[in-house]
Amino acid sequence: MNVSLVLIVIMAVLFACGVYSMLERSLTRVLIGFLLLGNAANLLLLVVMGRPGGAPFYGAEGEVSDPLPQALTLTAIVITFAVSAFLLALIYRSWQLGQADTVTDDETDIAVRERTLGAEETMDDEGELGDEPTTDFVGLDTSPITVLGSRDVPGIVDDAPADRPATRRPGSGQGGDRL
Amino acid sequence: MSALVPLLVTLPLLGAAIALIAGRHRKTQVVVSITTLTIVLVIASILLYVVDVGGQPIAVSIGGWPIPFGIVLYVDRLAALLVVVSSVVLLAVLLFSVGQGAADGDDDTPVSIFHPSYLILAAGIFNAFIAGDLFNLYVGFEILLVASYVLITLGSTESRIRTGVVYIVVSLVSSILFLAAIAMIYGALGTVNMVQISERMTQLPQDTQLLLHLMLLLAFSIKAAVFPLSFWLPDSYPTAPAPVTAVFAGLLTKVGVYALIRTETQLFAESDVNTLLMIVALATMIVGVLGAVAQAELKRILSFTLVSHIGYMVFGLAIATPAAIGATIYYMVHHIVVQTTLFLAVGLVERRAGSTSILRVTGLMRAAPMIAVLYFIPAVNLGGLPPFSGFIGKFALFDAASKVGTPIMMVLIVGGIVTSLLTLYALMRAWNLSFWREEEDSAETESRISYLGGAPAAGIQTERRVIPRIMTAATTGMVAVTVALTIFAGPLYGVCERIGAALLEPVSLSQLQEEAGQ
Repeated sequence: MNVSLVLIVIMAVLFACGVYSMLERSLTRVLIGFLLLGNAANLLLLVVMGRPGGAPFYGAEGEVSDPLPQALTLTAIVITFAVSAFLLALIYRSWQLGQADTVTDDETDIAVRERTLGAEETMDDEGELGDEPTTDFVGLDTSPITVLGSRDVPGIVDDAPADRPATRRPGSGQGGDRL
Repeated sequence: MSALVPLLVTLPLLGAAIALIAGRHRKTQVVVSITTLTIVLVIASILLYVVDVGGQPIAVSIGGWPIPFGIVLYVDRLAALLVVVSSVVLLAVLLFSVGQGAADGDDDTPVSIFHPSYLILAAGIFNAFIAGDLFNLYVGFEILLVASYVLITLGSTESRIRTGVVYIVVSLVSSILFLAAIAMIYGALGTVNMVQISERMTQLPQDTQLLLHLMLLLAFSIKAAVFPLSFWLPDSYPTAPAPVTAVFAGLLTKVGVYALIRTETQLFAESDVNTLLMIVALATMIVGVLGAVAQAELKRILSFTLVSHIGYMVFGLAIATPAAIGATIYYMVHHIVVQTTLFLAVGLVERRAGSTSILRVTGLMRAAPMIAVLYFIPAVNLGGLPPFSGFIGKFALFDAASKVGTPIMMVLIVGGIVTSLLTLYALMRAWNLSFWREEEDSAETESRISYLGGAPAAGIQTERRVIPRIMTAATTGMVAVTVALTIFAGPLYGVCERIGAALLEPVSLSQLQEEAGQ
């Protein structure tokens, strides 16, 4: 089976960059990482197709390339597309709830950590690190972007249905089962 | 018969479309969802009967493509049995959530997306069970995962978004790994059809086989929550709405286990990683159950026991004798039903007492004897007390392991017994504190349970709400199913044994073509 070395190298780089971005705290970077990983997997499917150049049609003249990986890639692209649309909505919602687009610490995790640490003060600094926004563009003097909450801008109407129960009933996140 | 097979997937999808169109009419949505799942249950039961009595799996090639090239739906006893069990569970949980939604007044905060997502989740689960090729299995996984992303962030409150993000990112990684593994397998073997893969796999060099094997195992182990890839689960499940957690706990991890079963028995019959699986199974059991012991919140306790009991199924797979595979499948069926029932019962506790913290809730035995019974029966069942199905499943597993009789088997049997006892301990401690304990004597016990005070979510209080009769009825129905698993253990175990024997026999491509009538 002949394969293109360029494709393999690009695929490896995409995988590496994708994994690296996914390890970030910022959700937007996670999304970018996911897109890179998805494309890397699609390239991998193209690589296993063998030598490119032929038409993937049954009964075509000359060299015929394998049509199945192309079908698989198309399906995978559609799935990646749908999932990234959902992720964007999720990121927007996470931003709307008043924070930067970061993965926040689990409050119960923090509780456990504080409990086990007890009197040890040494690691307290680390516990507070998690609350800072880790987006690059926030809080710098040169920052081109000011992060606004939905309440700062009168033009943004917050009409997501479940926002109101969250403020109206404390603790609804744990038991607010409105189906 | 083969005309019925695609309906398992298309009917729920059609139902989801109708439910989406009828977004503003709650009653229509409810009727559509219940009807769809009932029809699927009937079809699946017919298929199970036909496949089990006839002894011939049904293969359907979609679109009439010749078999190794097109999409194949493959219903053998295992697939049919799991589709039956999961449609029962889905139906019961749907009834539960309908009751809950009706009582909470859906009119002011309509979550019209619940029913369509739920049906799409069902379609994904059924598609994964009856997929005859790896790529269709991947598509099934994706359908159910995307629906589960929507369900786990339902209402999109802050805590659900936070836990949802963890769940979603972990699932994305496992999906990409799975896709990459499929690409590698296609590159090595030139096919994604499972039967053809198993035929050609033996011609590959050992190390290539091992690499492909481990990639698939990794992807499926994340989905099945096998240690050390299980830490996302107890973090993300407890925050979701009670019915959603129940169906996720019962079914989603089991789809991963199902994929593991197919991988171990059919795809990689020669490549042997059983010792690795043994170690992983032991770690899953012990670490999971120790997590459960340290918790003071019922949903978290249950999430940790869920992880630990996945270990039993991995253990059964690692033994790899027909008897052990049969026992694994019986245990899987038992665990789907019992774990879902327990989560539903805890949902009832949450509504009745306004909390699921075992430190706060007291005196439920007197206040709500019905809920007490509904919790107690599945709890002792999960803990593995005779005569319940949990005991039968574990006994069959240990019996199969002792027949092999190597030292590591003995270690695992001991580990399994310890896990079972610790599960019982965690669940019965919750029983003693929340159900038996009266308000008055809490001062005396307070000092004894103070060590649990710092456990996560120990002090959370929500409002008490009425329990509609339909929620109790749905939970009672599920408890009845768990008891039925015990009463009809004979015939059911017979089916499982036949599955175990059939899975280890290689199927040839010509057989598959014959079954599809080509």
